Amino acid sequence: MRRYSMFAVAREALRYHAGWERAWRSPEPKKRYDVVVVGAGGHGLATAYYLGKVHGITNVAVIEKGWLGGGNTGRNTTIIRSNYLQDASAAIFEKALQLYEGLSQDLNYNVMFSPRGLLMLAQSEHEMRGYKRTVYANALQGVQTEWISRERVKELVPIINLDGPRYPVLGALYQERGGTARHDAVAWGYARGCSAMGMDIIQQCEVTGIRTVNGKVQGIDTTKGAIDCGKLAMVVAGHSGVLAEMAGFRLPLESVALQAWVSEPIKPVIDVVVMANLVHCYISQSDKGELVLGGGIDHCNNFTQRGSWYTLEETTRALVETYPVVSRLKMLRQWGGIVDITGDHSPIISKAPVEGIFVDCGWGTGGFKAIPGSGWAMAELVAKGHSPLAEGFGLNRFREGRFIDESVAAGVAH
Amino acid sequence: MSTRLAKGGRLLDRSKPLNFTFNGTPLRGFQGDTLASALLGSGRTLLGRSFKYHRPRGLVASGVEEPNVLVNLGRNARLEPDQRATTTELFEGAEASSQNHWPSLDFDIGEINDKIGKLFPAGFYYKTFMAPKWAWKHLFEPVIRQAAGLGAAPKEADPDRYEQTYAFCDVLVAGGGVAGLAAALAEAKAGKRVMVMEQTAFWGGRAPVDGGIIDGLAPDEWVRNAIETLEKMENVQLFTRTMVSGLYNHGYVIGYQRVADHTPGDGRPRHRLWRIRAGLVITATGALERPLAFAGNDVPGVMLASAVRDYVVNWAVSPGDRVVIVTNNDDAYRTALAVLDAGLSVPVVIDARDSVTGALPMAVKARGVRVLEGRGIAKVLGRKAVTGVEICAQAGEGGVIETVACDCVAMSGGWSPVVHLFSHVGGKLIWDEAGAMFRPDATRPPIKADGTALARAVGAANGALTLDALCAEAGLAAQVEPEAPLAPVWVMPAGAKEALKFKAFLDYQNDVKVSDVQLAAREGYTSVEHTKRYTTLGMASDQGKLSNINGLAILSDALGQAIPQTGTTTFRPPYTPISFGAVAAEAKGEIFQPLRRTPMHGWHEAKGAHWEPVGLWRRPYCYPRAGESHRDAVNREITNTRTNVGLLDASTLGKIVVKGPDAGRFLDMLYTGMMSTLPVGKCRYGIMCNENGFLMDDGVVVRLSEDSWLCHTTSGGAEHIHAWMEDWLQCEWWDWKVYTANLTEQYAQVAVVGPKARMVLEKLGGMDVSKEALPFMSLAEGTLGGFPARVFRISFSGELSYEIAVPANMGLAFWEALNAAGAEFGAMPYGTEALHVMRAEKGFIMIGDETDGTVIPQDLNLGWAISKKKDDYLGKRAQARVEMARPDRWRLVGLETIDGTVLPDGVYAVAEGHNANGQRNTQGRVTSTYWSPTLKKGIAMGLVVNGPERMGEVLDFPGDGGVVHKVKIVDPCFYDKEGEKANV
Ligand SMILES: Cc1cc2nc3c(=O)[nH]c(=O)nc-3n(C[C@H](O)[C@H](O)[C@H](O)COP(=O)(O)OP(=O)(O)OC[C@H]3O[C@@H](n4cnc5c(N)ncnc54)[C@H](O)[C@@H]3O)c2cc1C
Repeated sequence: MRRYSMFAVAREALRYHAGWERAWRSPEPKKRYDVVVVGAGGHGLATAYYLGKVHGITNVAVIEKGWLGGGNTGRNTTIIRSNYLQDASAAIFEKALQLYEGLSQDLNYNVMFSPRGLLMLAQSEHEMRGYKRTVYANALQGVQTEWISRERVKELVPIINLDGPRYPVLGALYQERGGTARHDAVAWGYARGCSAMGMDIIQQCEVTGIRTVNGKVQGIDTTKGAIDCGKLAMVVAGHSGVLAEMAGFRLPLESVALQAWVSEPIKPVIDVVVMANLVHCYISQSDKGELVLGGGIDHCNNFTQRGSWYTLEETTRALVETYPVVSRLKMLRQWGGIVDITGDHSPIISKAPVEGIFVDCGWGTGGFKAIPGSGWAMAELVAKGHSPLAEGFGLNRFREGRFIDESVAAGVAH
Repeated sequence: MSTRLAKGGRLLDRSKPLNFTFNGTPLRGFQGDTLASALLGSGRTLLGRSFKYHRPRGLVASGVEEPNVLVNLGRNARLEPDQRATTTELFEGAEASSQNHWPSLDFDIGEINDKIGKLFPAGFYYKTFMAPKWAWKHLFEPVIRQAAGLGAAPKEADPDRYEQTYAFCDVLVAGGGVAGLAAALAEAKAGKRVMVMEQTAFWGGRAPVDGGIIDGLAPDEWVRNAIETLEKMENVQLFTRTMVSGLYNHGYVIGYQRVADHTPGDGRPRHRLWRIRAGLVITATGALERPLAFAGNDVPGVMLASAVRDYVVNWAVSPGDRVVIVTNNDDAYRTALAVLDAGLSVPVVIDARDSVTGALPMAVKARGVRVLEGRGIAKVLGRKAVTGVEICAQAGEGGVIETVACDCVAMSGGWSPVVHLFSHVGGKLIWDEAGAMFRPDATRPPIKADGTALARAVGAANGALTLDALCAEAGLAAQVEPEAPLAPVWVMPAGAKEALKFKAFLDYQNDVKVSDVQLAAREGYTSVEHTKRYTTLGMASDQGKLSNINGLAILSDALGQAIPQTGTTTFRPPYTPISFGAVAAEAKGEIFQPLRRTPMHGWHEAKGAHWEPVGLWRRPYCYPRAGESHRDAVNREITNTRTNVGLLDASTLGKIVVKGPDAGRFLDMLYTGMMSTLPVGKCRYGIMCNENGFLMDDGVVVRLSEDSWLCHTTSGGAEHIHAWMEDWLQCEWWDWKVYTANLTEQYAQVAVVGPKARMVLEKLGGMDVSKEALPFMSLAEGTLGGFPARVFRISFSGELSYEIAVPANMGLAFWEALNAAGAEFGAMPYGTEALHVMRAEKGFIMIGDETDGTVIPQDLNLGWAISKKKDDYLGKRAQARVEMARPDRWRLVGLETIDGTVLPDGVYAVAEGHNANGQRNTQGRVTSTYWSPTLKKGIAMGLVVNGPERMGEVLDFPGDGGVVHKVKIVDPCFYDKEGEKANV
């Protein structure tokens, strides 16, 4: 792999950048791999990457039915934070955040991780108590967060209207290390890293069947032919149910649309990420200048990757109310993704009922921030059969009633 | 130089001059001008700077596709950034300024990026800025952020008004050109309810500029007749300045009407958003001309051929005196003719096709214009304005054959139908080889729930690019010069060298060049979506209206595959940007979300209540008196209630009536307790769980009669619980005979609480409220002080307490009567905080405090509220899971600090050691914590591992700044454990 750097770019500039090699190879599938990862979203690619990097397993293929990073990884609003309430969540999201902090250097690909600070506004006594609880929980979990006053909120977010007549801002839960990253770059950087280790990323290749013998996985059938594997990692987000069915088991998931939209680009007005859960809206500003906006899910099951109008409208109302200058800006584009939601809104990182199959899914509305941590835990689970970070997220928790419910800490789970 | 022509201008009213300013300079235009035409007419061609390289830019287009000239419009609170000059109608006093440069438009430091542009190819930032590690956050990103963005945001709240309205129609026609009007006429004559929306201020679209004869009439005349006919029809509504912004599922359509953008501050709403249910959407949205990709195609003065003739014909503006035309099709020759007709010169027409034989070229040749065949532009000369072009063989690498001086270049690369609306909800496109364009596939339109088409494309939007094709489709007669086929040209010249491709722009605003797309392909970003994202092609504020097709053709070429194999990126709403103000509309300030008021709301307000939002309600938190802090007020209210009598407006409590032969059975499923056996006139505390067994809501259930029950819910839970009930009744137990009605707002409810409560009611008179007549947990109906009332003996405070419901319209009078009657007993209103403290003193749980979606009733020692006699209730099976039966669950206890202080909200009790992920082990947490004025110390409730078995143990709760609170586990009931006070 040729290293990227300012100097490399300068050298290439002399010859109109004719010498750059492919960021990742585009090979034909081999007959057999030690591990096949299905789904080249962030989670699938990160799983493959850490399988190689941490566990030395490099005879790996990542199979993608479309283009890599084209699922929710490439259509989310990139909020990164680890201020989760429950221990299991805080552990894996904090691991992810720590990996994000060094990801550009690790991958030699600038993922533009931007720890610009993240606020969750409290606009009711109830929210305030919930966030104070989170701060205390986080302190014991080794996650630095703080409760900040409304005056401090105003300093950090000059465009905010603290005294919206309906729900005055009482303060906020603040994570200084939270922020955003460039979503495509995360997928591309991992893909490049995987390819450099000799792994095969096979795009435009849909998995159409899973072969098992005596309750053990043998391989997969794809639109590019049959591939054998020792182990199979299913990391396909909203399509997990479909794949599980191919292997003969079911998953407790529902699929719904989540939307996001952006404004036209403007000069910087907001340098932090702010989530307002009571009125259901969140905002940040991309380095390009667009305000990146979103809110809650559309409340009906859906596979269309586009959103309804009413959710957008309600969220926009909340935005205009909270940040009045938004009113005169214009909406440039709205889009949607299909998110996979479990019964307790927490993810699944688990062995499957079929030997040799592992699932990583259910990240729902908030899994971008988890990509490195999830990949780390999933790789460990696949390689060793056990991972402390994945411990709480097993499938058995639904049967046993051991839910990991974050809803108190965040109505909007991004 | 661009100038205003002495005559002409079909949209201009020269009798109405308008004054405006650009970058502070006063300029003049006319009524009918756009900001763009007025600027061009004033001799301005350098009008903006590009995003990345800060290259000088001017107008390319005349309509919504304009990528370059975005201005800041207005000032202060009415400042609007990124306003497209071509769609901004000029008005008296308009103030516009250019964006994204420093210190000035003419001299922009940022232009250095262009000089060293080779360092900044597509995606360079993914390869750089990684070292040192801290520098991204502290150096590179801040610099990039400042350099990026376009216009400035206003700093003040928006003073303008926006509104929304609903409409229904059989047919919505998007686009008021000839195709749209013809379709509207046909549909309207067939009796359909028709709405026609045109984004510009005038009807007719391109035809009046492009010419031809329709049904024997000149286009202007035909359009006038069509509008007159439509205006007279009652089933037709016509809208100009209204853009159909997006199609959504099930025929939902959003229309965006710019009511008063051109008359700012006149009191009308600025924008109006139409929310339309349409049976069918006819997309008559026309087509957009494509630029040609040659070096320097972004120098101010290089424009679309159609834009040049728009400026000449519509606004009598000459974009230049010497206009070179460069084309791959016949249509651009119309521009040559229009320019000649205006008395300007066309030094040369450069046609990329090898042989040019069409009627239009012939007409141009006949007027003495030199037409070059098989030629292209190697490079445009000039930096801030065009000074000439270097001509080369289109088939070659760019060797210069001759240089021609000019001050304007009109380019045409063919046309692309506007397929956005057709595509928004899943309509599919096909590649039309002859037209080199994607057009709607009529066999795969977006569909409605019944499988029929939601949209149909007509006219140019359907690929019928010429007037005769359009008229043939619409059943009209047309006379127009026939056009010879175009020859697709994606790069000019075909073999352009790197140096040329490095200056051949595809996406103007984002500075994406031919070389960038080829680089993306080379580096493996080969999916069209990868290319788009890697290069930012099509991601600017024009969303690729000019660039997308050219870009994906170049990508296809680089990959050696056919264009349809590459495919398009997804078309997303809105078609052009719409204001957030219009989306939010009236929902602002007090009515941002509907404010629910109890009948006594005004009274509380007048008494200076401090409000607390509770769902959509606002409830008094406390009633501070002069000089009192909120805490003082709460303490006073509690002490008064416990010693005298307090009044609480409890009207927000959910009140759902459940009635019918199966109502008892239904409630037995809903609640964990047994409700079917409750005697008439009796009350019972009930709790509800979700299917996962977790506690969800609670409240007192009252049996009103043999077949009807009244279920009280929490204030925040009423709507949700009602929906929950209906969900079960409609989806699961649809054959049960049960009706539910949410009567929350039909009754005002007051809690009269305290040792003197009975005296107050007796003073009002009319009912026997004695212990014997109305014992604890029972109901009496009658008249109290003249008010028809339902009186419940229930208590959430531990005191003698009556909750009294009266019809809502009598609520205020009743409340006032209670206050008057209570005066001599010291009655005072109390708020939600006093309510919370008193219930905590009593050890009663509060949904949302003691519960958080992970707590089962058993955790809260509410086992007594779970019937052992029932076969089933919602959550029962879930509560049988292993996790729920674990001996070490966190369970409810009372907590007291050793030193009597108040524990902070939300603290955790730590246990020894750390878990496998290095997190400190915990063994409990606080759920409610208050200062108790009654006990004169801090009291709290919490959940602790196996808590009830650990009374008296002292736990560590780390607080702020290293403080560790020592806390003793105690009984959660701090006040009147025997319940003597309530039961008097
Ligand atoms: C609008 C929106 C906003 C969001 N905002 C945030 C946010 O701010 N912060 C945050 O942390 N999270 C956010 N999320 C959630 C986040 O995007 C997801 O949780 C995360 O990207 C999921 O990554 P993934 O790799 O699991 O799934 P995906 O990226 O969806 O990848 C799954 C891949 O599997 C492939 N696949 C499916 N079936 C097959 C098959 N049969 N064969 C082969 N391949 C297959 C798919 O094509 C896809 O590429 C948001 C989501 C949306 C939609």
